[in-house]
Amino acid sequence: MQLTLWTYEGPPHIGAMRVATAMRGLHYVLHAPQGDTYADLLFTMIERRDRRPPVTYTTFRAEDLGRDTAALFKQAVADAYDRFRPEAIIVGASCTAELIQDDPGGLARALDLPVPVIGLELPAYQKKENWGASETLYRLVRALSGARRERAADRRLCNILGPTALGFRHRDDLVEVRRILDALGLRVNVVAPLGASPADLGRLPDAAFNVVLYPEIGRAAAQYLERALGQPFCEIPPIGVGATKDFIAAVAALAGVDSAPALDAPDSRLPWYARSVDSTYLTDKRVFVFGDAAHAVALARVAAREIGFRVVGLGTYERGFAREVRAAARDHGIEALVADDYLDVEAAIQAAAPDLVLGTQMERHVAKRLGIPCAVISAPAHVQDYPARHAPLMGFEGANVLFDTLVHPLMMGLEEHLLGLFREDREFHADAAPSHLGSHAVAHRPQGEGARSGSSPQAETVVASPSEGGGKAAATATTSSIWAPDAERELKKIPFFVRGKARTNTETFARERAIPLITLETLYDAKAHFSR
Amino acid sequence: MNAPVRPESCGIDFARERGQRAVFCGLTGIVWLHRKIQDAFFLVVGSRTCAHLIQSAAGVMIFAEPRFATAILDERDLAGLADAEDELDRVVERLIARRPDIRLLFLVGSCPSEVIKLDLSRAALRLSRRLAPVRVLSYSGSGIETTFTEGEDACLAALVPELAEAAPGEAGLLVAGALGDVVEDQFGRLFADLGIPVRFLPGRSAGAMPALAPGQPFLLAQPFLAGTARALEARGLRHLPAPFPLGEAGTTGWLRAAADAFGVSSEHFEAVTAPGRRRAATALAPHRARLAGRRVFFFPDSQLEVPLARFLSGELGAAIVEVGTPYLHRGHLAHEIAALPAGTRVVEGQSLDDQMDRARVARPDLTVCGLGLANPLEAEGLATKWSIELLFTPVQGYEQAGDLAELFARPLRRRERLEV
Repeated sequence: MQLTLWTYEGPPHIGAMRVATAMRGLHYVLHAPQGDTYADLLFTMIERRDRRPPVTYTTFRAEDLGRDTAALFKQAVADAYDRFRPEAIIVGASCTAELIQDDPGGLARALDLPVPVIGLELPAYQKKENWGASETLYRLVRALSGARRERAADRRLCNILGPTALGFRHRDDLVEVRRILDALGLRVNVVAPLGASPADLGRLPDAAFNVVLYPEIGRAAAQYLERALGQPFCEIPPIGVGATKDFIAAVAALAGVDSAPALDAPDSRLPWYARSVDSTYLTDKRVFVFGDAAHAVALARVAAREIGFRVVGLGTYERGFAREVRAAARDHGIEALVADDYLDVEAAIQAAAPDLVLGTQMERHVAKRLGIPCAVISAPAHVQDYPARHAPLMGFEGANVLFDTLVHPLMMGLEEHLLGLFREDREFHADAAPSHLGSHAVAHRPQGEGARSGSSPQAETVVASPSEGGGKAAATATTSSIWAPDAERELKKIPFFVRGKARTNTETFARERAIPLITLETLYDAKAHFSR
Repeated sequence: MNAPVRPESCGIDFARERGQRAVFCGLTGIVWLHRKIQDAFFLVVGSRTCAHLIQSAAGVMIFAEPRFATAILDERDLAGLADAEDELDRVVERLIARRPDIRLLFLVGSCPSEVIKLDLSRAALRLSRRLAPVRVLSYSGSGIETTFTEGEDACLAALVPELAEAAPGEAGLLVAGALGDVVEDQFGRLFADLGIPVRFLPGRSAGAMPALAPGQPFLLAQPFLAGTARALEARGLRHLPAPFPLGEAGTTGWLRAAADAFGVSSEHFEAVTAPGRRRAATALAPHRARLAGRRVFFFPDSQLEVPLARFLSGELGAAIVEVGTPYLHRGHLAHEIAALPAGTRVVEGQSLDDQMDRARVARPDLTVCGLGLANPLEAEGLATKWSIELLFTPVQGYEQAGDLAELFARPLRRRERLEV
């Protein structure tokens, strides 16, 4: 048993739903108890889909357990076929149905429907959402892709594997990747699963090679296609300018075409923006990166090599991809964090004391608690990260989006400089809250709170935890006893965005040297000691 | 899948339906219950799906050091390799060590824990002894046994046997059902003005739970408390039949049931309730113009559907196409059923696709449904009101009657407003 407040990934059948919902003409019959339909609203609300996911649930209840749940399941498959007339059906069990051992695959095949029926084995007590999506795509591809073609495929024809429903920016990434392939003179045969039908999967062998955009979802299917059909694949998520160039080179090599037309990209603004003098202040800003493996690794590269940050933390919640993340972390001279417990991630962020956090929805909240700027760069994400506007992460436009995303939470250089210059002014006095972080009181109240008791003042007090406002004041009171008054005054002259670090550094310095009273001298000795 | 419609004597056109049900499970009740009982913690014993559900339902609330969590079962627990009891004890002890402010711990059963027959009631007894003064109780919020609000029913029913015994005559009125604090305070003032001593279940903390006495009358504030009412009756309490306090008429009928039981004179009752009734009528009037004659369709969700249909038709002049409800308690809803227009179609249970077909054919002006259906139906051109908000928003009592009407009027106004 694992005590869990927050989970980065859902159970594996949610991954299967992401594949089914991405496709057309496919229906998923899920043996699951009443209540598991909650998953529908991930798609209808977070991704704002305009139709129900193509999923029929058996929604069995306690009274059904005494009867024949297997018959209930068969009836549900038959009814779903009659109503939706899909080209193919996938069937499986959710965690509870796994325990009652009805064998959905066998039961569905016994119905002898005139369409392919694919059984999914998704071990709910071992595996998670991304694995479920990967396994489902793999099973579909294996069942439906058919045999190797006699005729050699056109080298300029490729498949794109990986984009799903509820994918983080998958919709817009696809637009950018298509744009790159267009520039290279390549054509897309099938995109799967997003927008593909079971019949489309039958056309996969027509392509010469595969482009895997999201390894956690597409890799298993691509490896199968490589084995079964001899299709090579490219697996470089084109996130950031450098990775996009690598991607273009790899795809061009697979297709045997010249990469130059795609590399010549006038809309690639990140390189100039990062070189412009306003960005000088970004140099060595400490950044902590956490997310799914592919996004975390790609963002760390962008942060360090394209914007000039220093990566002080890199991690993922995907244990299956830990090797890649560990290797990338070594490149940044740090140890990777592989964890799916958000408390571990929170502790690591606190220890790393970054200036910026790049992470999931979860890290956004952690950063808010800690008063650190943050941007969301990976699933899981909330509704605001499924935006109406075009917002890719991939390709050159994606790099433009990333520059803005990574820099906006920080203050721009000029603003930072002016704030430092006028720090003695009334508006920028020692206790003024940093304007770009908003009011602290607001930051600590959970937003969108709608519980019925939420309106009571009593409830509000309890929720507004004493972590920041009161907590920081208390901390100041206990530690300020060892600060000499003149040193304390000097500390307040330091701009608020580095004041906390100066305080911590000085106190660490004093503690290590057993200095009982922090004087002006100590403050500047510490500053000299920690200068980088 | 439709069961044959049985002729009913109570004036409603009643049907029972079986099939796919698009509803929440009882675990969802934790999302509002943990806010009501301020020193309680809800530990779900279940799967990753359960944790994912609560996370999805609780939205961003999950980050405010919430007082709920999931002990996720893994392979070792299922294979019997790990002694489930020892594992649970370990998890609970770690939890209590982390949160020393917790006074009441609920072990909440889920589908997986029920199917593998993990005995949580015994675990609760064992842990209660070990962790005193923390009290540990258990109930099931599983989807196989409970639908959405029935989780609150199961939770309160688990509390009832634990409540202290009050001296007969000292107990006054008991109001059962978690209400928003602001609503509870309003009702507290009204009962005080009527001269009726009152306690609310649940109390706002483990130490503030009401004591019970045989013969004590109780009112249900919510229609989904069948099990809680049974548990209260088992302790000798007496249910006061009443409509539910939604809208002006519902609130007046609800208060009157208590006033009658405590022998409050009708003059005094009129005097105490007149200001509230007047304010509710004022607040409802503008909404009546918008909702009168509008055709409303309810998908099953919370068991609030029948009282809401009564409110919409009786106080706002809406026409009711179909009232879906996950479960229909004839006894507790007798007043509500009697107040529905004769022949109103009430469907207990659900066969989702068939019901969606009926809604498409009927093309109601407003469809009340869950978030899984709302956007898809909007995309088909039907105006919807997502039903979960009715549980998370204070809607009971005189002062909220206008707010309740506004919840239904707003989607219609919005549809008229938008030009693109």
